[in-house]
Amino acid sequence: MKHSEEYRDTLLSRQIIKRINTVSRRPIRLMEVCGTHTVSIFRNGIRSVLPETITLISGPGCPVCVTDQSDIDAFIQLARNGKTLIATFGDLMRVPGSGSSLLMEQAEGRNIRMVYSTTDALELARQHPDTNVVFLGVGFETTAPTIAASIISARQMGLKNYFVYTAHKMVPPALEALMNTDGVDIDGFLLPGHVSVIIGVDGYAPFFEKYHLPCAVAGFEPTDILQAILCLAEQIETDAPSLANCYPRAVSAGGNSKAREVMNMVFEPCDAAWRGIGVIPGSGLRIRDEYGAFDAAKQFEIPIIQTVSPKGCACGEILTGKITPLQCPLFKTVCTPVDPVGPCMVSSEGTCAAYYKYN
Amino acid sequence: MCLAIPSKIVSIEGNTAIIDVDGVRRQASLMLLDDIKTGDYVIVHAGYAIHKLDEASALESLELLREAFAQAGD
Ligand code: SF4
Repeated sequence: MKHSEEYRDTLLSRQIIKRINTVSRRPIRLMEVCGTHTVSIFRNGIRSVLPETITLISGPGCPVCVTDQSDIDAFIQLARNGKTLIATFGDLMRVPGSGSSLLMEQAEGRNIRMVYSTTDALELARQHPDTNVVFLGVGFETTAPTIAASIISARQMGLKNYFVYTAHKMVPPALEALMNTDGVDIDGFLLPGHVSVIIGVDGYAPFFEKYHLPCAVAGFEPTDILQAILCLAEQIETDAPSLANCYPRAVSAGGNSKAREVMNMVFEPCDAAWRGIGVIPGSGLRIRDEYGAFDAAKQFEIPIIQTVSPKGCACGEILTGKITPLQCPLFKTVCTPVDPVGPCMVSSEGTCAAYYKYN
Repeated sequence: MCLAIPSKIVSIEGNTAIIDVDGVRRQASLMLLDDIKTGDYVIVHAGYAIHKLDEASALESLELLREAFAQAGD
């Protein structure tokens, strides 16, 4: 596996770990903002090789987990209206809404299909011209361009039965919101690799200019993550915060401008509600009026119901790094991957699911 | 949701490529990337190629990294 195996080099990893141990003096808390990082950190046992001075905390980087309860309920209402086929990434199926989930709705006979990409959803719309196919758009800047591309394709293909419900979110506004959340204590950010592929290192520049907090863009292999941790520790020890790129084979300064162009053609920024954080100004993406014919929120009546958050679930505090799953009384007792209470236990990228699997 | 392993482009037809991900063949859309040719390594997310790896510079930065740590005698 080219461009990937090289970064699992144990000799190189050991050398980086040794350097981290030499460099790190002050106790620091580093937040990994990406769910795929959380999983990789666990899978590779990275916490166990770090000095006691370094604490890694997981952030709001699992798209399914940060999706607000009202959006989950809207997905379920859309599935119930009897005129739609819901196409969704698998992770959303078991997320508990207020009293139901997409999986439960599917068992009741509603038309819900799991897809791996929007291309599959478009194909469903093409094959079933009499059925309205609604794709549930959840994800960060990495996913949003792929969904925008599907809307452009739908227009080119002349599809009148393809729709998107958008609950997309953007990372930099969330970083800023975290800085202004009481009880959140972070000394540096491990920035998400593939969001950065799209927005580039420059995408974080306004955030960095404002807060001067150590930042490092990181890849997903062990040496990528270790190198980024070392970079953050060095920045902190030398009091020289910077916006560093520790994943240069995938991330450039400017990012993928073509993907951003496609995204901006279809979407425009809007305020969005995040589970655990609340409404963050300018952190969401809504479909522009020109593409309103594809906007499920405009084309379908979606009854707004009283949302009920999962009782006793501490996902909100986990998503902001205030506590770890071990501090949630339901963890492993009532809440397990087989019978999850909150979204952080449902998604494979969720912090609770990662703790359950690897701790 | 992120597939971290880069995939090799096996063939291209129009805006769609056949990719090889660790021995498994899949389709990927090229709508979000320009100038892709057979043999390129790309990062694919949710069925779309989103980044082309520059082989030469990837190798170079890996070498630099190895050297940096080897030299320090770590
Ligand atoms: S362990 Fe379960 S109930 Fe507790 S925070 Fe995680 S998902 Fe919620």
